[in-house]
Amino acid sequence: MKPKKDLNLFPYLYILPAAIIIIAFRLIPIILSFILSFFKWTIKGPEKFIGLINYSQLLRDPGFWQSLTNTFYLVIFVVPITLILSLLFANLLNRTTKLSGLFRTSYFIPTVTSLVAISIVWKLIFSPQNGLMNHILGFFGIHGLGWLSESRGIFTLLLGAMGLKIPAFLGGPSLALCAIIIVCIWRSLGYNTIIYLAGLQNIPEVYYEAAEIDGASKIKQFFKITIPLISPTTFYVLIMTTIVTFQVFAQVYMMTGPPVGGPLGTTKVIVYYIFEKGIDAQEFSYASAIALVLFIIIFALTMLQKRLEKKVQY
Amino acid sequence: MFKRILGKAITYFLLILCGLVMVVPFLWMVSTAMKSQTDINSGSVGFIPYSNVTYYHNEGKREKAKIVTQDKEFSVINIYSEDGKTFKRSYVKVPNSSLTFERKIRFNFNNFSEAFSKVPFGRYFINTIFVSLCVLLGVLISSSLAAYAFARMRFKGRDFIFYLFISMMIVPQPIYLIPSYYLLTKIGWINTYWALIVPWVANIFSIFLLRQQFKTIPKDLFDAAVIDGCSRFGILWKIILPISKPILATTAIFSIIGSWNSFMWPLVMTSSENIRVLQVGLSYFAQESSSHTALLMSASTFSIAPLLILFLFAQRQIISSFVTSGLKE
Repeated sequence: MKPKKDLNLFPYLYILPAAIIIIAFRLIPIILSFILSFFKWTIKGPEKFIGLINYSQLLRDPGFWQSLTNTFYLVIFVVPITLILSLLFANLLNRTTKLSGLFRTSYFIPTVTSLVAISIVWKLIFSPQNGLMNHILGFFGIHGLGWLSESRGIFTLLLGAMGLKIPAFLGGPSLALCAIIIVCIWRSLGYNTIIYLAGLQNIPEVYYEAAEIDGASKIKQFFKITIPLISPTTFYVLIMTTIVTFQVFAQVYMMTGPPVGGPLGTTKVIVYYIFEKGIDAQEFSYASAIALVLFIIIFALTMLQKRLEKKVQY
Repeated sequence: MFKRILGKAITYFLLILCGLVMVVPFLWMVSTAMKSQTDINSGSVGFIPYSNVTYYHNEGKREKAKIVTQDKEFSVINIYSEDGKTFKRSYVKVPNSSLTFERKIRFNFNNFSEAFSKVPFGRYFINTIFVSLCVLLGVLISSSLAAYAFARMRFKGRDFIFYLFISMMIVPQPIYLIPSYYLLTKIGWINTYWALIVPWVANIFSIFLLRQQFKTIPKDLFDAAVIDGCSRFGILWKIILPISKPILATTAIFSIIGSWNSFMWPLVMTSSENIRVLQVGLSYFAQESSSHTALLMSASTFSIAPLLILFLFAQRQIISSFVTSGLKE
């Protein structure tokens, strides 16, 4: 029998390789990002402790508020639309047997392809002159949309087409940001549909059979059986899509501009703003303060949704 | 009866429509990649690549030709021989009925090689493959070892360390990007392979996935192995890993897809062309040649191709990996 002390150290050797990497390249940077935000910090190192000055500067920074607003627009449009569409298509897939493999494969392709490449393709699709989008919309009598170069809000444009004028702050996301929204929905739809499909297949068939005998219509079955029983999946999809959408970067970086985030900053999202301040301008501490705000938002949403999940679960 | 058929028809209509929306961008990318730039510039949006082909008519014969230059009076043309390899130069008066034009379907495969050689995409591919393989190897080793300890050994602080790791999963990359950049600058790793590989050779999510799997292995199996005189490492190597192949494949798939598509990290951490990875190279290429639409689509096509082929071959495994890992979280 080996001595006891030797046995106790043994497990640590197994976690050592992973632990070193995770502590050095994850834990320390996370702690450092918190510390950085309270200092004046350059590439040379810390200069002085400045307390909450970065944060008070943040509150007065119109660029920050604009990027936060744009990000909220993105989340508010992408998350519910993705949720509804993926539940719809998962239901349709669940009802079919023929070709369902083919559908699943095609829906999943956007999930595994690189964001950089698909952003390049979508940028061309939205091109006003020789893009596919305006070409297709042309068949429906819609012409001349500027898409990624259009800074006016979607509500301004819609109501404008009906001859109504609204103040600029009610204009909603710019048409350029709507293009980004469309790409985000397109990208996340397939994954969430497949997740929902797995959830649907876990619902025991007997519930539907019983409802059928009681004479409940398909629509009633959907609202009284499917929706309640699928709610754990719904919360998972909700959390994941929200968190992913808060972090959108590549689409904006590749599709908009120059300058990135244009036109008129209406597509500048918060992660791009962190990148612009932290990497381009090398204002480490200011960028860290922005990053911390983003983290607090994501953390709060995760906690909120986890609580709701516990309450609503059937 | 009629209602059911109608229901089926609507179901399939919607499913096919959605499938088209998912796939059409890729089909359009490939077809645009094979168009000639003049065709694109003249406003051709469709899916079939056309090119204008010029013919020169001489004594009842029709020969392929190409207009070199043209002014008010004359066109200088190259007249190609039958096999298209040699040509003779000639000139014709403008307007001249001996020249005719035809719009023909033509696939410009040249665009792919032109895009590939315009910037060192070959180098980017090698860099990406190298980084992906190193990260894959590191993740498999470090995660198996750590997951084994977390699942099967008792030691002080085990649960604390495990939950500390898990809690870091909810911190997204943009949060620690700036301090990581600062730290890597301090240790002189910016612009090196180290920066692309080392921070990623441990993966919390993989540890989590493997631990869940290792926990399901029955205890009897271990006891039997211990009686047979198997060492702890022997148990991991000879018993646990062989029966955990599916979950190891899942881990490997996530690692490869993650490395191949990773963009923000290498964009920030590297700038020299020698160690540039594919996604970053593609993004620079998109900025530099934004007007060469056909070449851009070609480059996008061959950047997507390797993973897409992998996906089409292993799609069942890949989709179920995403589903099981999604539901385990």
